[in-house]
Amino acid sequence: MAEAAATAPALCLEGVTCIFPSPDGRGRTYTAVQNASFTVADGEFVSIVGPTGSGKSTLLNVAAGLLRPSEGRALSFGQPVTGINPLAGYMFQAEALMPWKSALENVAVGLEFRGVSKREALDRAGPWLTRVGLDGFGDRFPHQLSGGMRKRVALAQTLIVDPKIVLMDEPFSALDIQTRQMMENELLDLWAADRKSVVFITHDLEEAIAMSDRVLVLSAGPGSRLIGEYKITLDRPRDVAEIRMTPQFLALHKEIWGQLRDEVLKGYAQTKLR
Amino acid sequence: MRSHAKRLPSRPVILLLQVAVLVGFFLLWHVLTVTTNLLSPFFFGTPLAVLERTIKDFASGVIWYHLGITLLETALAFVIGTVSGIAFGFWFARAPLVSVVFDPYIKAVNALPRVVLAPIFALWLGLGIWSKVALGVTLVFFIVFFNVYQGVKEVSPVVLANARMLGANSRHLFRHVYLPSALSWVFSSLHTAVGFAMVGAVVGEYLGSSAGLGYRIHQAEGVFDTVGVFSGMLVLTIFVVAIDSAVTMAEKRLLHWRPQEAQTTH
Ligand SMILES: Nc1ncnc2c1ncn2[C@@H]1O[C@H](COP(=O)(O)OP(=O)(O)OP(=O)(O)O)[C@@H](O)[C@H]1O
Ligand SMILES: [Mg+2]
Repeated sequence: MAEAAATAPALCLEGVTCIFPSPDGRGRTYTAVQNASFTVADGEFVSIVGPTGSGKSTLLNVAAGLLRPSEGRALSFGQPVTGINPLAGYMFQAEALMPWKSALENVAVGLEFRGVSKREALDRAGPWLTRVGLDGFGDRFPHQLSGGMRKRVALAQTLIVDPKIVLMDEPFSALDIQTRQMMENELLDLWAADRKSVVFITHDLEEAIAMSDRVLVLSAGPGSRLIGEYKITLDRPRDVAEIRMTPQFLALHKEIWGQLRDEVLKGYAQTKLR
Repeated sequence: MRSHAKRLPSRPVILLLQVAVLVGFFLLWHVLTVTTNLLSPFFFGTPLAVLERTIKDFASGVIWYHLGITLLETALAFVIGTVSGIAFGFWFARAPLVSVVFDPYIKAVNALPRVVLAPIFALWLGLGIWSKVALGVTLVFFIVFFNVYQGVKEVSPVVLANARMLGANSRHLFRHVYLPSALSWVFSSLHTAVGFAMVGAVVGEYLGSSAGLGYRIHQAEGVFDTVGVFSGMLVLTIFVVAIDSAVTMAEKRLLHWRPQEAQTTH
């Protein structure tokens, strides 16, 4: 069992198809993702890019165990995901902080759920707030923080419980470019320190390339499929700002963008049609 | 937005205007009844007589006893109604079958004018405080019940999913997610709930009792003592305003996490 966990991939989706009932409720359905299969090795950093509405969040929900796929299954470290995936941390795309808890309490709450006493949880949450650059904002409530600050609290909240695989849904899209690059580097440092597996969703292809070991491209919906997979062989450690200037980066960007652009246009046309 | 709204005068000015309205009202009353005699003082009382009576009642101490009784009834109705409303609200929100089955009956009972229950409660529980408490409870319960039910149902699914991903079990979810959300709804209805607890107490006293503010008003009415009726109403009003500001203070302390209208310091 321990043996299997050591060798099994952090995440493995096998033929996942997600069909949603149509909102009009007349028995019609909408196929968001069609037959998606991919694996994320232990310690690997994988990004998924794709046009809006292509089912990126849906795939992440399946990996987290929040959504049961219509077909196919997800495995995490060799275990089938049924119900909440206990090894995963999930940073949501939407606002997920508890509005009635201060920033510090929000960061600490995951530890409390794991049986740590409130005092100790708060003590351990403090350094995490500092790490995401929010020293001194601990007693603010979410509505008193900016959108980007809330995202940083959410990052600390997710990572403090030390998940083995981190699922991140456009975590930095609300940040300005400087803070964003700072956070990206911080995340890469954290990742390099203990090699968690990361599934990182983003709209931003440059961000995907700069951060990842591998980039997966999802086609436009309905019935999105994985249509491309690119190994990113840039040297590590990387600095996300500097690496964007290197010729290898530009070559990769050109190659992936060639494929992604068509899908984005298709996806946009479809969203307008619906 | 706020900054585009017409600028209001400063707080002291507003307070002054508010006092002016009050004084104006009493002046008008005085002029109509005493100076011009357009309204008969027998039917409408006079402001000075009402004030004099009220002060006398407070000074002699008779009113304190009745005030205490009404306060006790209000407090008991509020506490019992709130606690049971919270308990049932949670139960119904978390047990869909129960809520579906009982839904029409809850709605029916809530639509019933509760005043008609007062004689029944007097029959069952006697003329002491408990019949008034029961009446208040039937009023408070439903307000709290519906708000808790709503609060539990309206929890953001993302916040809930996030808590579960962070490792919350169902006890944690109750304590850290459902309860705070429900309580925020309860507190937003606190003014109404306290008001109704008092309505239950006073109406119950009015319809049959031997003590309390409602009883005092009823007694005065029985002997066509208009000044006594108005004096009772004045005491009742002071009482309500005092309780309401206490509630406002409690609300400010307990709901400090809630976004208020955005404000900056000047
Ligand atoms: N609960 C649901 N019920 C019905 N349709 C849904 C549901 N969840 C998602 N969808 C649909 O599935 C598709 C994929 O949604 P998803 O949220 O996964 O997109 P996404 O790739 O994350 O988009 P974005 O980049 O804009 O966040 C969309 O067309 C959406 O309308
Ligand atoms: Mg999404």
